[in-house]
Amino acid sequence: MPARSGMARGRHDANFGDELRQRKVVTMAQVLVVTSGKGGVGKTTSTASLGAALARDGAKVAVIDFDVGLRNLDLVLGAERRVVFDLINVINGVAKLSQALIRDKRLETLYLLPASQTRDKDALSEEGVAKVIEELRTKFDWIICDSPAGIERGAMLAMRYADAAIIVTNPEVSSVRDSDRIIGLLDSKTRKAERGERVEKHVLITRYNSVRAARGEMLSINDVLEILSTPLLGIIPESQEVLRASNVGSPVTLNNPLSAPARAYFDAARRLKGESVPMVVPSEGRGIFNKLFARKAA
Amino acid sequence: MLSIVRQRNSLMFRPRSYMALAITPKPPVVDWLGEIDAQLERSESFFAGQHVALDLSAVNLSPAAIAELVVNLEERNIRVLGIEGIDPAKWQAGLPPILRGGRANGTSQPSGGIARATPAAAAAVTDPQKHQPASLMIRDPVRSGQSIVFTDGDVTVLGSVGSGAEIIAGGSIHIYGALRGRARAGATGNTSARIFCHRVEAELLAIDSCYITADDIEDRLRCQPAQAWLEDGTMQISAMN
Repeated sequence: MPARSGMARGRHDANFGDELRQRKVVTMAQVLVVTSGKGGVGKTTSTASLGAALARDGAKVAVIDFDVGLRNLDLVLGAERRVVFDLINVINGVAKLSQALIRDKRLETLYLLPASQTRDKDALSEEGVAKVIEELRTKFDWIICDSPAGIERGAMLAMRYADAAIIVTNPEVSSVRDSDRIIGLLDSKTRKAERGERVEKHVLITRYNSVRAARGEMLSINDVLEILSTPLLGIIPESQEVLRASNVGSPVTLNNPLSAPARAYFDAARRLKGESVPMVVPSEGRGIFNKLFARKAA
Repeated sequence: MLSIVRQRNSLMFRPRSYMALAITPKPPVVDWLGEIDAQLERSESFFAGQHVALDLSAVNLSPAAIAELVVNLEERNIRVLGIEGIDPAKWQAGLPPILRGGRANGTSQPSGGIARATPAAAAAVTDPQKHQPASLMIRDPVRSGQSIVFTDGDVTVLGSVGSGAEIIAGGSIHIYGALRGRARAGATGNTSARIFCHRVEAELLAIDSCYITADDIEDRLRCQPAQAWLEDGTMQISAMN
């Protein structure tokens, strides 16, 4: 693949060095899909935060926005003003992958492949997606596909070539049921499943509020895991920090790495890499005060 | 697809499916009849009490020839329930009715988008000759949106059945995890079928054409091991301890 792009006008920094190109086959790239079925549970936030957490340790990470027509990942990563080409352009052969990939300004090993905002999901072809992912596999350690909500074409293609899946779930019944549906699809409609292999699945519980959980206003972690019978990757506490980070176009793991949600994402990223990290149920803010308060409320 | 009737109507129609033995004549039909005779000599009661479907897809017979074949079979005490594999134009009054939509024994019938052919189901399909007890074993959890349809017998689920998932069985249903979705046992009219589950949180329980919804399940039974069965046309549910 040519390393130089005719469209690269300085600000568009997606040229691979030789070092990147020689990675071919040496590393085992992991293709992850971040999915949920339900909308608004934190897929895009989690994609950006985990992508940044993995890239901060030097791993080469590509995040792909599959939400064609309703793209958001570019905003959350603060790259919206640098989008020239997108996933659909690459699939249609209008642009090369190296031209469409946008390098993060803060982390030089984090790249974004944005979605097209002017097209819809029908523009995605199975062969096109396969080709893009195969090419990314030769250049990156992690390829994280940010799935659109729903179970239609965009979501199905986002999970199609995944090696592992992160199922983002809020601790409430509608989100959990949708996640259950998605797990069923991961076990039947992915290429791995069709070959008789298994897509590795992890549940990431987001928007966890310890006070509300103690009051019984949310499903407990145990309830969620019991219903989904799938291993837990992490518990991200509900926090203003997440919203604040999104608003300034920065993943929370970069914007405020010491905040509770950022630490939870860093732990989740380490678990993805196979490290054994003890699971803590987060209680945000002034821990002991909150716990006392919660107990009183329950 | 649930045609549910709770009260007793004066007239009730129910779809039923039966096991039938399909016999397939091969040309020349005279020789084939000879083979039937040889079979009957070895085992006189081979066709006794069997529903027999006549599959004529391998031969090309005129209506008169079909009628004669049916008579020949009746002389051998083989009662033909219906005919399949012929052009409807060749059918004439007096012949057994044409059968449609038949399928090989032992297959599980998928519906609702996703069907999973588990190894157990696949094994049941491969050898229809061998008479195995019809049952389907699902080793994984049944997820929301998945539909397991197995009208030939019992369904056993080792995991849980999620909210929004459904199991439809011709026989009984056994769930060793939580039942949070729908279960319909005895779907082909078997009123003695039962539903057993390790933890009942079901959205709907149905046996034959009777059903109850989650609201009808008493609170004291919720999240307990339970079974459901039919008694005098009404659904009964009790804890299993």
